[in-house]
Amino acid sequence: MKLLDQKVALVTGAAQGIGRSIALKFAENGADVIFTDIREDERSQGLMAELEAKGVRAAFFAADASSLEQTKEVCNAVTEKFGRLDVLVNNAGITRDMLLLRMTAEDWERVIRLNLTSVFNYTKVFSSVMMRQRSGSIINMASIVGVNGNAGQANYAASKAGIIGFTKSVAKELGSRNIRSNAIAPGFIETAMTKQLSEEVIEHWKQEIPLRRPGTPDDVAKLALFLASDLSEYITGQVICCDGGLAL
Amino acid sequence: METILTRVQRVIAGKLGVTEDSVTMESDFIKDLGADSLDVAELVMLFENEFSLEIPDSEMEKMKTVGDVVGYLEKNMK
Ligand SMILES: NC(=O)c1ccc[n+]([C@@H]2O[C@H](COP(=O)([O-])OP(=O)(O)OC[C@H]3O[C@@H](n4cnc5c(N)ncnc54)[C@H](O)[C@@H]3O)[C@@H](O)[C@H]2O)c1
Repeated sequence: MKLLDQKVALVTGAAQGIGRSIALKFAENGADVIFTDIREDERSQGLMAELEAKGVRAAFFAADASSLEQTKEVCNAVTEKFGRLDVLVNNAGITRDMLLLRMTAEDWERVIRLNLTSVFNYTKVFSSVMMRQRSGSIINMASIVGVNGNAGQANYAASKAGIIGFTKSVAKELGSRNIRSNAIAPGFIETAMTKQLSEEVIEHWKQEIPLRRPGTPDDVAKLALFLASDLSEYITGQVICCDGGLAL
Repeated sequence: METILTRVQRVIAGKLGVTEDSVTMESDFIKDLGADSLDVAELVMLFENEFSLEIPDSEMEKMKTVGDVVGYLEKNMK
């Protein structure tokens, strides 16, 4: 018996990085996996093949998570094909880092829409499926920056702090339906997102991490697995840092 | 032709697991039928599907009893 046998999971923005690792981790543990990303390309096709090779049912949808319309279409297709959804991971996210002085309204709105409105869209649409089932686990990808703030990331930090408030509210609102809602706050994880940073900034971060190494997408995937599984059945409304102690 | 009340009774019975007979015009969703606020919100969505119309939130807040719902539907269905 695997941890996620008979569960159906969906991960947004999973063509690469943390989302990809989560999708694979879930499949290894027996879940059927649906994943989305903004477009179909070699990355999504590659992941699709890897998931299927693990012997689970898999599906990919090219969909913009910030569009409620497209989210509804994904939900219709998922319920038609899989009939249920047990685990929702709101992972899609972007950065548009710059000092507030130089930040345009467009930089602000884009990050809020993509990081925060997308979480509203998926949670709203799929929670009604979970309500009918009387069970579900929602996992939102926040960030330690949403807890502590960060110079140069006012838009991103605001979106991640928003996710945390949303996560806790949903935990209270849907708890009576056995739907759990938790947030993961990754610290410094080596992905395409952090590759954009300068060598100097990266070195500085590493020095600040008590465990003295950057995190890997797999580190985050292991926490997601715990939150998706029944091992965490009495845990809801929490923000769990996956950061080697960086936020301390 | 089924009456509005019969259709409403069937939707409520299906959702709340009560018998159709126990659902009367006077039944209060929360006090008599054991619903909570989430159930009421879900029921309103089910009525919207069943009767192909949209019930504004301001109207939903006024729906305490089955009679409130039937009254609203009678007035607003074409
Ligand atoms: N890498 C880190 O150090 C770190 C730290 C804290 C939080 N996070 C969060 O973890 C999540 C994943 O980050 P990552 O490092 O894997 O990033 P990434 O950039 O490698 O992957 C993000 C994926 O989301 C997709 N995406 C972007 N916009 C989308 C949209 N509108 N609809 C659907 N998909 C969309 C991208 O195409 C990409 O495949 C993000 O929410 C990020 O904010 C990352």
